[in-house]
Amino acid sequence: MSQTAKNVATMKPGEMGIIAGFTDDFLATKLMEMGCLPGASVRFNFAAPFGDPVCISVLGYELSLRLDEASTISILN
Amino acid sequence: MAASLKPIIALVGNPNSGKSSLFNHLTGLNQKVGNFPGVTVEKKSGFSQIDGLGNTEIIDLPGIYSIYPRSLDEQIVAEVLLNHNEPTSPQKIVVVVDATNMKRGLLLLTQIIDLGLPTVLAINMMDLAAKAGISYDFIKLSQKLGVDVIPINARKGEGIEQLKKAIAICNTKKNQTVYQLPQEANEPIVEVRKHLGLDNSYEAYQFLQQPKSLDFLSKENQKWLDEVRQRSGIHSGKFQGAETILRYSYIQDLLQSATLKTADDAWKKSSFKLDRILTHKVWGYLIFFLVLFLVFQAVFAWASYPMDFIDGLFADFGNWLSATLPDGALTKLLAEGIVPGLGGIVMFVPQIAILFAFISILEESGYMARVVFLMDKIMRKFGLNGKSVVPLLSGMACAIPAIMATRTIDNWKERTITILVTPLMSCSARIPIFTILIALIVPDTTALYFFNLQGLALMGLYVLGFIAALVSAYIMKKIIRVQERSFLMMELPTYRLPKVSNVGLTIVEKTKSFVLEAGKIILAISVVLWVLASYGPGDKVEKAEEYVMQQTANMRLTEQGLQDRIAAYKLENSYAGVIGKAIEPVIEPLGYDWKIGIALLTSFAAREVFVGTMATIYSIGSVDAEDQQTIKSRMQSEINAETGEPRFTPAVGLSLLVFYTFAMQCMSTIAVVYRETKGWKWPMIQLAYMTTLAYVSAFIVFQIFS
Repeated sequence: MSQTAKNVATMKPGEMGIIAGFTDDFLATKLMEMGCLPGASVRFNFAAPFGDPVCISVLGYELSLRLDEASTISILN
Repeated sequence: MAASLKPIIALVGNPNSGKSSLFNHLTGLNQKVGNFPGVTVEKKSGFSQIDGLGNTEIIDLPGIYSIYPRSLDEQIVAEVLLNHNEPTSPQKIVVVVDATNMKRGLLLLTQIIDLGLPTVLAINMMDLAAKAGISYDFIKLSQKLGVDVIPINARKGEGIEQLKKAIAICNTKKNQTVYQLPQEANEPIVEVRKHLGLDNSYEAYQFLQQPKSLDFLSKENQKWLDEVRQRSGIHSGKFQGAETILRYSYIQDLLQSATLKTADDAWKKSSFKLDRILTHKVWGYLIFFLVLFLVFQAVFAWASYPMDFIDGLFADFGNWLSATLPDGALTKLLAEGIVPGLGGIVMFVPQIAILFAFISILEESGYMARVVFLMDKIMRKFGLNGKSVVPLLSGMACAIPAIMATRTIDNWKERTITILVTPLMSCSARIPIFTILIALIVPDTTALYFFNLQGLALMGLYVLGFIAALVSAYIMKKIIRVQERSFLMMELPTYRLPKVSNVGLTIVEKTKSFVLEAGKIILAISVVLWVLASYGPGDKVEKAEEYVMQQTANMRLTEQGLQDRIAAYKLENSYAGVIGKAIEPVIEPLGYDWKIGIALLTSFAAREVFVGTMATIYSIGSVDAEDQQTIKSRMQSEINAETGEPRFTPAVGLSLLVFYTFAMQCMSTIAVVYRETKGWKWPMIQLAYMTTLAYVSAFIVFQIFS
């Protein structure tokens, strides 16, 4: 996958961003159910020891995602 | 029955919303596990005394995020909520929401409200919300949502009485909806409502969205719904994203007006700090392995005392029965078949209880989610999922609850692989076999100063099973091809101290279902086995005593020695003996004779039967069957008729050890895999690959070492 825009997978620990949209329709419906909504603020907390999965804060709770999934969430910042 | 007229209450909520705490508070020890009719999945329910309703059935449904299912657990909930035609269908819903995590919980609530069933909202973890400085205007929330809103603290039992009152009075089916269904869906919805006699549009809409996953629908209705869906172009996922956004924007407005005070994440500080250590690249794994070590230590060292006690109790009881009851076939069946069979099950209760105590503590505290987080990347390389860690770990006690624990894995392929490899993890039923065989071939000495050689051998077998599980998983990953995509979206809950009563009730529930599930099968097997070993073709078995007396007339045998010989002769000429001899050619390359063949056959249904059969075959009938010292010495003195050497050479012992590490040898597991995969395909594949693996490995080991 080539990522031109910034996405959650490219964020650094402690970085904040605003969710702009999704690059994958299938995952988008599930991600939105989990509170990753366009316009919501997201904070990248930390990654697991091998860099994958990652932990983000969204909608006031901590969510872990695989890197593949995180890379489908594009952000504005 | 009058009970069927009473409403059944279902608890619905997100994972980690404290739903189980509430369930435990409402029902206490008054819980049972049964099956949903039509759905081959177990149901956790209990009874609670509610004023105005009397003794009311409460169902605890698995934690879900949305009514659109992703995992099997979520599908179960969707099916239960959408099926109103069973006597066990819930008539009222309590939605449990975490007060510190309202938005995501309210998403589910708005979906449930739209389904139209009488609903109460329980806002849980009010203590945490107070600590965090969050507060809501409950009256306003209730007015806007149109349902009763009750703040509770399920861990302490606060607010439970008010909740019960609200449950008793909520009766009306609501017609207000949060989500306006899309225009395109209107016509097909009317059609579905008419065809299936539904009184709710959102429900009809759900039928259209997921007809194939709703097992309670007849094949014709599923087909018909699919046609309507195709015709009107309402495929799943088309409107779902827009629906979620609309619901969340409704929730946003709602909370904006009903929140009195919000909080930042300051209250989570200590949880964040803990995460820094527990998910650290060095400390994280180190701590995880320490936890594993502790669990092992507990399961193997601590559990041995109660196990020995139970073992002795059943042996004494069996002896007492045969001494007290009049001699006869029935007494023998009781004392030699059923009582030892039951003892074999109850003996594992301490290990299973301890293991589930740990697993439940790890889950309650929030640590298990971190283990999943730590292990996901590694497990994925082997075609598994971070969530496979829990089943694999539970598999060390017993594969039955372990396989049931795979339901949380959303991905079909990863779940199937986890189910297929879990029985390779050495379960507690293998321990007696391992113990006696190791005692036979490994010297009881210390190596490297303090490591006991036998202990090391036992550990080696566990490692062997684990490696076999990973390698098999890897091969299956390459073989099984599916289109479905794998993903992991999991909350990392804030750390909490586990609650003792929740842990206790989990232990009771898991142990109970193990004893009942495994118990039924083992009991049946031990009866069949006893019959096969006690009767035989012709009259040789009946005339055994006569024959042996003749043979040994010149030998000066003690009464004991004579009885032993008679027992051995009987077994050799029984149906079991005949079958054992018939399969001898097949197992000879592994180094086994017909006697071991009998043990292999009898333990095919449940591996723990092996030791008991060995005891019978080597004619120890009169001695306490579980006294391993005696079995051991008998096995040691057994001579191989062809070579004149001892039967149990190291090569034979190793070959048997390897065989039992890999072989399926458990009817209950097959039954549970059948139930969980809804068919015979996977249990048969599993049986075939594990038996082949066991046979080939045992063959190689025997040929190398003999």
